[in-house]
Amino acid sequence: MAPAEPLLAATGISKHFGGVVALADVSFDVRPGEVHCLAGENGSGKSTLIKVIAGVVAPDAGTIGIGGELFHHLTPRQAIGLGIEVIFQDFSLFPNLTVAENIGLAAQVADRRKVVRPRVVRRIAAEALERIGVRIDLDARVEDLPVADRQLIAISRALARDAQIIFMDEPTTALTWREVEALFRVVESLKERGVGLVFVSHKLEEVLRISERITVLRNGVVAVTGDVTRFDRAAIVKAMTGRAVTDARPAESVRSSEQPLLEVEGLGLQGRFKDVTFSVQPGEVVGVTGLLGSGRSEIAEALFGVTPADAGSVSVDGRPVRLRSPQDAIKAGIGYVPGDRLTQGVFLDQSIGRNIIAGSLDRLVGKLDLVRPGLAQRTVDETATGLRIKMSSADAPVRSLSGGNQQRVALGKWLARDPHVLILNSPTVGVDIGSKHEILELLQAKSRDGMGIVIISDDVPELVAICHRVLVVRQGRLVGELSGEQLTEETVLRELAA
Amino acid sequence: MTTASDAGQRPWLSRLRGSNNEGILALTILVLCVGVGVVEPSFWSVRTMLNVASNSMTNVIFAMGVLIVIISGGIDVSFMAIGIFCGYSVIVLTNETGFGASSAPVGFVLAAVIGVALGVLNAAAIAGLHLPTLIVTLGTQGIIRGAMLAYVGSKVIPDYPEGLDKLSTNYLVTATGTSSTRLSVLIVPAVLICVLVSLLLRYTMVGRGIYAVGGDAESARRAGFPVVGIQFFIYLFAGLLAGVAGLIHVTRVRLANPYELVGGELDVIAAVVLGGASIFGGKGSVSGTVLGVVLISLIRNSLILLGVPGSWQRAAVGLLLIVGVGAQALSARSRRTSADLVAEGAPA
Repeated sequence: MAPAEPLLAATGISKHFGGVVALADVSFDVRPGEVHCLAGENGSGKSTLIKVIAGVVAPDAGTIGIGGELFHHLTPRQAIGLGIEVIFQDFSLFPNLTVAENIGLAAQVADRRKVVRPRVVRRIAAEALERIGVRIDLDARVEDLPVADRQLIAISRALARDAQIIFMDEPTTALTWREVEALFRVVESLKERGVGLVFVSHKLEEVLRISERITVLRNGVVAVTGDVTRFDRAAIVKAMTGRAVTDARPAESVRSSEQPLLEVEGLGLQGRFKDVTFSVQPGEVVGVTGLLGSGRSEIAEALFGVTPADAGSVSVDGRPVRLRSPQDAIKAGIGYVPGDRLTQGVFLDQSIGRNIIAGSLDRLVGKLDLVRPGLAQRTVDETATGLRIKMSSADAPVRSLSGGNQQRVALGKWLARDPHVLILNSPTVGVDIGSKHEILELLQAKSRDGMGIVIISDDVPELVAICHRVLVVRQGRLVGELSGEQLTEETVLRELAA
Repeated sequence: MTTASDAGQRPWLSRLRGSNNEGILALTILVLCVGVGVVEPSFWSVRTMLNVASNSMTNVIFAMGVLIVIISGGIDVSFMAIGIFCGYSVIVLTNETGFGASSAPVGFVLAAVIGVALGVLNAAAIAGLHLPTLIVTLGTQGIIRGAMLAYVGSKVIPDYPEGLDKLSTNYLVTATGTSSTRLSVLIVPAVLICVLVSLLLRYTMVGRGIYAVGGDAESARRAGFPVVGIQFFIYLFAGLLAGVAGLIHVTRVRLANPYELVGGELDVIAAVVLGGASIFGGKGSVSGTVLGVVLISLIRNSLILLGVPGSWQRAAVGLLLIVGVGAQALSARSRRTSADLVAEGAPA
């Protein structure tokens, strides 16, 4: 069967920013009823390509063919008019408006309406939600809804504007795997309607499942493109990174007879979690996973004193500790890399060097409590080298780094302190494959040096790859523990779903 | 698709409360009236009603302008300067040139035009140069007031052109007692403006666009709202409303004093915030704002009745502003933590 005529064909797109080549002679097309995956590491040119097609950025060269017409560049309004919709990672919704308005107004504004009739807006929204078969209260304010609902609203909004081609930027990062399943059902129904979809994703398992075709960008050029059946995981990773990366590495066994580094006994917080008991041995990597709202993040925050627990006890190195605040936790030797690194993990506008020493200033001071510049510099250099942070200089702001390197800085801030126990919440969300691999390797190296590591995550393959044990949380209770032979992706998923 | 019971467990209660706490405000006003009436029975009179209405009519128009600015996520402190510039300039201009001296409507059109022209200053700096609204309007407040005193005049003018003079003594209602209290016919345009702004905010794309911009300006741009155009509209329209309000004030008091109004921003901003408009943008209603203006006016009126000196009245209004903003911040925080619970583990 000959492939259908493409809905959109971008040909020979090039774009420079100053002296940097973002895209060089990139061609990309989307056919009706297919999912075309756009993969590539951070900085490979994916976002620039989307922006060119959405009319946000004008290309230096190349053409965009759509609906039999050829454009040298588009404006955002033109792109919307031609049926191109981009669902950004933040969904770009209006938190203060109702579901109906979020969906309906966007359609009306695209039609250049001057008068708003609430009944029409409601009808448009109801129809759009109906089309993807979901039920969400039309009168609810978006700010009161969970992330998964917001995603569906963003999709409905695109449909309400007669989208022919929908770009989804990292659509699954904020979703639990159960919600991802629901999203994929919606995607299948869109395919049946002949909509062309473009997925931008770091999660290769998903990419391979849902896509018909895949295009991998590397350094602004198309590294490889073709039917997804021709690729396996290793081939995609190689195309993305330019080198072979193996991901599945069985974790080594732990010396178990020693005094546990961290002992948690009957930890509880009213209404959040209860009776949480576990321990972490020196050199052990323990994973904690659970569905959205299961309490997995609350447990981590309780251990770091952010939202202190109201029952149970915690010991570090055999000494009982009281964790009423992050200061207590730090004093006890616990470090915490939060899930939302952009708002909680790093100071974006401060330099890389300052970020790295921010967590350990008390160890770098001399007389009069003044920071000793030489010692500080040495700490920065050692940490940056150890973490292999790609930077022009330690004085550059963290904002200028890619997602993977930002996460390394967040990590470096704690490693410079050398905590006994390091707790990480979703450490590789939004991090590209190459960096992810290196971050996980680094954590393993630290654990071999005797650090106890607790990883909160719903990235099951990642947990299976690096954890000695995985604890499963359901409705605020530890309901399962998997280790050794029993620890596989399948068993974890089964525990989660039970 | 959706049923009324989805909206909340007790829909009648939430409807009574209103989406911007209008119900709570109305209740506060009621309690205040009863309370003051018990302490000071002379409060319960037609006079009080007319007084409150008279004192509210200019502020409610200013408040409409401030409301749309606040909904869009900004703040305006230049509206009183624009108001007095327009009111005073129209009197000076008409007296000197005789243009439209016999017709009050011409004066109001003139005030509106000057107001829009001054609004361009705000619009250009805010929408064009993306500068922060508080700083821009603080700056334009100084520029506009200074320019008026330097170029238009700095004397108090008691002589009015014929048209406005007649209008100033045209009363809708007169209550007689120990002293007579009258309600100017200018309450009619004030009410009309409130209705107009309410329709604008609810049923036009520009109006909904103002809410969208206040909710998330970047999202509004991506959704295809002409954000710069909407911002221009907001500050030009706020200028127009301030111009009209300024001339109504000058007409009503029958003495064109260029040193008036500026400094009275507190009452209006406090009224809008108490009326449920979110200082963080994206929320607010005309009905709430009207209630807020009435509440402030009532409080001032009652404090006078109870013999509280003027400086304490100002402090009381200041306190109310902080209370209003504080309540918003608290409810925003509790809303955020409950949303975080749902979105646990999700990156921003």
